[in-house]
Amino acid sequence: MNTPTEYLRVTGLHAFYGESHVLHGMDFVVNRGECVSLLGRNGAGRTTTLRAILGLTGKRTGSIMLNGRDTIAMPTHRIARLGIGYCPEERGIYSSLSCEENLLLPPQVGSGGMSLEEIYAMFPNLAERRHSQGTRLSGGEQQMLAMARVLRSGAQLLLLDEISEGLAPVIVQQLGQVIRHLKEQGFTILLVEQNFRFAAPLADRMYVVEHGQVAAVIHQHELEEKREFLQEFLGV
Amino acid sequence: MEIFGVPVQALMSQLMLGLVNGSFYAILSLGLAVIFGMLNIINFAHGAMYMAGAFLAWMGLTYWGISYWWSLLLVPPAVGLVGIAIERTMLRWLYQLDHLYGLLLTFGLALMIEGLFLYLYGSSGLPYEVPDMLGGTINLGFMFLPKYRAWVVGVSLLACLGTWYVIEKTRLGAYLRAATENPRLTQAFGINVPLMVMLTYGFGVALAGLAGVLAAPIYQADPQMGSKLIIVVFAVVVIGGMGSIMGSILTGLGLGVIEGLTKVFYSEASSTVVFVIMVCVLMVRPAGLFGREK
Repeated sequence: MNTPTEYLRVTGLHAFYGESHVLHGMDFVVNRGECVSLLGRNGAGRTTTLRAILGLTGKRTGSIMLNGRDTIAMPTHRIARLGIGYCPEERGIYSSLSCEENLLLPPQVGSGGMSLEEIYAMFPNLAERRHSQGTRLSGGEQQMLAMARVLRSGAQLLLLDEISEGLAPVIVQQLGQVIRHLKEQGFTILLVEQNFRFAAPLADRMYVVEHGQVAAVIHQHELEEKREFLQEFLGV
Repeated sequence: MEIFGVPVQALMSQLMLGLVNGSFYAILSLGLAVIFGMLNIINFAHGAMYMAGAFLAWMGLTYWGISYWWSLLLVPPAVGLVGIAIERTMLRWLYQLDHLYGLLLTFGLALMIEGLFLYLYGSSGLPYEVPDMLGGTINLGFMFLPKYRAWVVGVSLLACLGTWYVIEKTRLGAYLRAATENPRLTQAFGINVPLMVMLTYGFGVALAGLAGVLAAPIYQADPQMGSKLIIVVFAVVVIGGMGSIMGSILTGLGLGVIEGLTKVFYSEASSTVVFVIMVCVLMVRPAGLFGREK
């Protein structure tokens, strides 16, 4: 087995929204080609962690190393250009853009992105609705669109926030297959999830987040022995 | 021949005047709408930029012998650069604040720019010749159409439709619409939104500069030409609805024509008709004819 290469290392990350101090020293690592999940209750700071990586919060301190470069002082668009694809919790589909314009919006940030044909093969619904206004799509279609949007740009690190939330079980299953497929293709994935059952089989490692800090790390092989702890912790 | 007791000739020439005014309304309100969408700032300096465009054309011809045609090409980018300087040094600090601050700042700027030109050139207006090629009239059979007015309407329409096309139909336009709707997320996709904001302001005021050059031969270069026009243009923007590109173009032209027709049938109301329409529209559709409620 190859030794893992570090792709994202977050060290002592503090982040604020105005006066409120949300992250209190997050520490975690995502290696190249890994799928890592941040688990936790609502308000634990998982979404804020993703936003802080992209510089979308207020003030931040600490260090965020991305592929060997510290990005903490960079403006948002420069960070994204290093190869991040972001799928926000609220999906972020633009109503003033058609489905296909939404899909084509993110500029190339790396090589090896999927072509439009490949994406439409993966999400046939989107091909059918390519000319519809983005926000006229159904909830499931919008989630597919938000996912598909980050696959075209050649981003190597995908930040996926609650992608299974509020979707029908059959669509959640489809999304699970998409994630597996992406892992096989070598994408590095940071998955924020509330849905433990969705995340557990996909993640190589899980960080349990509580009060803006990492409270525990669980590796895939420890899943069985720590299942009870997790269920209690997450209240599922 | 008469229509409702008004000679066709008079009716047509007022219609044409209305269309010319409407072209200026359209091109100016278009710039205001684009700027408001992207910067969240109500650009009160727009009229001053229009006036500066006319003056730059006049100064170019008078001091350096720069012809109308060169002015048409050079003045809009020059005004755009002034706009970019204003955006970089002043406006960018206001984006997080209420609209009111942007309005106050640009209003102050407008007063200063207007005051400067009043001080330098007085209030009487400086004549600017219609270029030879566009002098004279075309006989349409039912009326004589001044070539220059037809030219103004044509160029304005071209500029408006070109802007509409770029914003609604191209990749760059998609970036612009995305950045207008959700700037933070758009930046998180790797698009340099602060740069786009700067260029949008530059482009918006460049349109005002273009309108100024077009206006110079009709209204002369007059320090107060901007403030005379800008209030009506704001009414046009309110009627059309902020943020709709086609809406501001159509509303601008339409209101110019309505104003012209009012001059024919009841000239006392011609300077207020736009505001009467504004009040009516606001009562029925607060977001404007083409605007979306937010």
